[in-house]
Amino acid sequence: MIGSEIPALIPITYILFAVLIPLIGLWKREIVWQLSLLGSGIATFFSAWGFLHLIQTGETIRYYFGGWTPPVGIEFVYDGLAAFMVLVINTIAFLVLIHSKQISKVEFPGKKMPYYTIAMLMMLGFNGMVLTGDLFNLYVFLEISSLSSYALIAIGDKRAPLASFRYLIIGTVGGSLYLLGVGFLYTVTGTLNIIDMHAMLPQVIGHSSVIAALVLMVVGVGVKAALFPLHGWLPDSYTFASSSSSALIAPIGTKVAAYILFRVVLFLFGVELIDDQLPVTTIIGIFAGIGILYGSVMAIAQSEMKKMLAYSSVSQIGYIIMGISLANPFGFIGAVLHILNHALMKALLFLVSGSLRLKEGHSLITKFNNSYRKKYPWTMAAFTTAAISMVGLPPLAGFFSKWYLALGTIENSNWILLAVILISSLLNAVYFFRILEKVYLNDPDDVSMEDTDTIENNEVGFTMMFPMAVMAIGLLLVGIFNAYIVNVIFTMFPAGF
Amino acid sequence: MELTYVPLYAVLVSLVAVPFILLSSKKPNLREFWTILAGVIKFLLVLTLLPSALQGNVIELQLIEIAPNLPLILKADTFGVFFALIASGLWIFTSFYSIGYMRGHKEKKQTRYFASFAVCLSSTIGIAFSGNLLTFIIFYEMLTLATYPLVIHSESKEAIAAGRKYLSYTLTAGLLLIAAAGITYSITGTLDFVPGGIFGEADLSKSMAVVIFLLFLGGVGVKAGIMPLHSWLPSAMAAPTPVSSLLHAVAVVKSGVFGVIRVVGFIFGPDVMAQFGLNDILMILAGFTIIVASLLAFAQDNLKRRLAYSTVGHLSYIVLGVALLTETGLIGSILHISFHATMKITLFFCAGAIMVNLHKKNISDLNGIAKVMPWTMAAFTIGSMGLAGIPPVNGFVSKWYLATGALEGGMLVPVIIFVVSGLLNVGYFFPIIHRAYFKKGGPELEGHTEASPFMVVPLFGTAILSILFGLNPDLFFNFFDMASSVASTIFNSI
Repeated sequence: MIGSEIPALIPITYILFAVLIPLIGLWKREIVWQLSLLGSGIATFFSAWGFLHLIQTGETIRYYFGGWTPPVGIEFVYDGLAAFMVLVINTIAFLVLIHSKQISKVEFPGKKMPYYTIAMLMMLGFNGMVLTGDLFNLYVFLEISSLSSYALIAIGDKRAPLASFRYLIIGTVGGSLYLLGVGFLYTVTGTLNIIDMHAMLPQVIGHSSVIAALVLMVVGVGVKAALFPLHGWLPDSYTFASSSSSALIAPIGTKVAAYILFRVVLFLFGVELIDDQLPVTTIIGIFAGIGILYGSVMAIAQSEMKKMLAYSSVSQIGYIIMGISLANPFGFIGAVLHILNHALMKALLFLVSGSLRLKEGHSLITKFNNSYRKKYPWTMAAFTTAAISMVGLPPLAGFFSKWYLALGTIENSNWILLAVILISSLLNAVYFFRILEKVYLNDPDDVSMEDTDTIENNEVGFTMMFPMAVMAIGLLLVGIFNAYIVNVIFTMFPAGF
Repeated sequence: MELTYVPLYAVLVSLVAVPFILLSSKKPNLREFWTILAGVIKFLLVLTLLPSALQGNVIELQLIEIAPNLPLILKADTFGVFFALIASGLWIFTSFYSIGYMRGHKEKKQTRYFASFAVCLSSTIGIAFSGNLLTFIIFYEMLTLATYPLVIHSESKEAIAAGRKYLSYTLTAGLLLIAAAGITYSITGTLDFVPGGIFGEADLSKSMAVVIFLLFLGGVGVKAGIMPLHSWLPSAMAAPTPVSSLLHAVAVVKSGVFGVIRVVGFIFGPDVMAQFGLNDILMILAGFTIIVASLLAFAQDNLKRRLAYSTVGHLSYIVLGVALLTETGLIGSILHISFHATMKITLFFCAGAIMVNLHKKNISDLNGIAKVMPWTMAAFTIGSMGLAGIPPVNGFVSKWYLATGALEGGMLVPVIIFVVSGLLNVGYFFPIIHRAYFKKGGPELEGHTEASPFMVVPLFGTAILSILFGLNPDLFFNFFDMASSVASTIFNSI
């Protein structure tokens, strides 16, 4: 039955298309976009199928590569959390790739074939990271995805290669720290399989190399997740990369890293085990809290929309990591739900900024004016939806992840983090309503925009509008029907909840 | 007749009207037809709930589960129907008035205006019929957002500044409410509105109770205009006058006091309030607000701002009545929700009619206008008398119950506050009437006549209603019966 093959089929699809696109692209350059859509579409289809299959049967699929059973062989573990994550990232990637058609023509016309090839490779890496049940194999996929994203970011404006180089240096350090941690654990336990290692760790937990490994892994993954203060690479990379690259990497990349943190902290070690040794969850909670506020304040200070969104990402990733640090069911639900919500919101916002760059040639907030509401009514409506969701007003999706996170902080009596969530919502309101004001209202100081009746509709085309509309409607639906999603998240809890 | 879905329809009807309003933006008459139609249907739907509400029945409709164990519930209890009846009834008046005002004033972007107004009404009815706190929060935040385009309608510097102020106050309030709800949920495991409160069984320390109560108060107190959280309201007078009339005298601010009563009567309950002395906090704040707001009203020359400060004061009448924790006091409070609404909406309608017709905003310019606008000023006089508590206008009735409630509880200070504030009301309304009737008008009044019937009919209608309710509080809608039934369910729930 094909259901049990799905964990392998998803990455294989991406490998296949990563080879097909350059081969066919040499012969027929025009159809690389369609090919990439086909690839990510198939992967999304498999993810959705697998997810539904998993919900129905409720059984985790453990796929042994080559039939070798772990700990000798490498396995993919397709449990609820992995299935959810894979579905989210592949769907977002599919939608972003649809949107990229027009942008690729303008922003990197000669580099379409490499762009789509690398995008396939990057998605291979991300899916592999999510699915694998082996710590070293995870590192391999981490490097595949990282190297591809360095290349994707470098496809951008003149400053992009430098930003990408900076990311490469910092990212490689992060990856190496993680690998070092894995090495330490291997010397103590003699296994690389996550499930296997989880069973062995209680016996060796007092060992100093286990503690060292834990710190190294959290810091290493923290770099990839842009956990404050390890976020330095992120703002420039997201800002200077082409709009299609940043829309692809921003909603997915840091989430996958946060997912690894889930696996390491909650599944590999387990909360009780680590907090006996080191107050890890408290520490990452503090950094997440600072990061949330820092990211929001920096976002307010930006005048370039993409950079604002980048800092906002630093802040939002803090929510997810805060959810992990709370280490209780509500925090877990909030964090997992926020992975979905933020992926939708941030992808949508980056797509809007990409659309504006295509039409206006810039995305400088200071130059926004109220002609936009006539020129791009639907784009702006989508933006408004995402903005309100980011602020966290019901019934849009953003409210509910914050609600569960807030319940999580209350359960731990952690009033400081509760205050952080609330304050950051207000800061979000500041930087989003600033844009909404500019787009929807006359500037009282500027009479030239007084008469908007003559402005023609200049809305973006279907390939750009469709993904944005899907995401905006998605935000509303996820919000209204979040109870169904949360009931699924209930089945994903790590042991001990 | 099957009533289960009526609350849902009542919420949705104006939301359904929004696309129609937006699509007919080029045809103003058709567009306003949708508004009126939605208003009438909404009112009739609420009216069908009245008989069952009078019998004390609760119609409960559980929609989807919005979070595990936290369903979206619409519950038409007596109190909800009471509030929905006022809001939807006065919306019809306001809709007619809006037509006269917006066209007379040649306002721009009227489609946005009417569409936002419809969303506001859906949210208000949603607030009225919220069966639990989470549903309440959802509609409360919707109301915040939908009011924003109305506050900044003129897009002048002043309006945009007022909009920012409005958002920063109300969004902060929303967050405090969410925090309060979260803590309540973690303690009690429920967020349902239950007459008599949900904290009864819970093990609650005094400091925790005070913190939760203050968070709630921050949440609902902003819209209720309790000092020091009131200052968005006078600024929001930058909005067009129909907005000030319906939203800033009825829907939005009354949602705030409605929330106060929900929190006091249905979340904490009178026993818990008294046990931790929470009503004292409420009483001090409300008493302070009544006196200070009345004094500040004197200092305003802008008519709408004076009315706004008067509103702040009268909202705290309601809050003070709740804080008395006596049945009669609560009856007075609930009655004042509806009676203040008919009186204050009349006054705002008058202010708007004067502004459109004579282009006068300041009280010092109103000399002799009663000769030109006799109907408007007659209505204005009725409204002012009512707010000062002079019979036979309905303000007297609610104030009577408020004062009796205070005496019943053996409290003299609130009575003094009510009396003093009544005098202050006379003090800040009388000069306006005096100017209009007895001072000689300037030459600019020549050639002007009464405002358009679209404005005069609604404003006179609400004035008449104020008198009729004063003569018989149970007229048409049995407001008094409903108020006393709500009060008795809260106080006799055990």
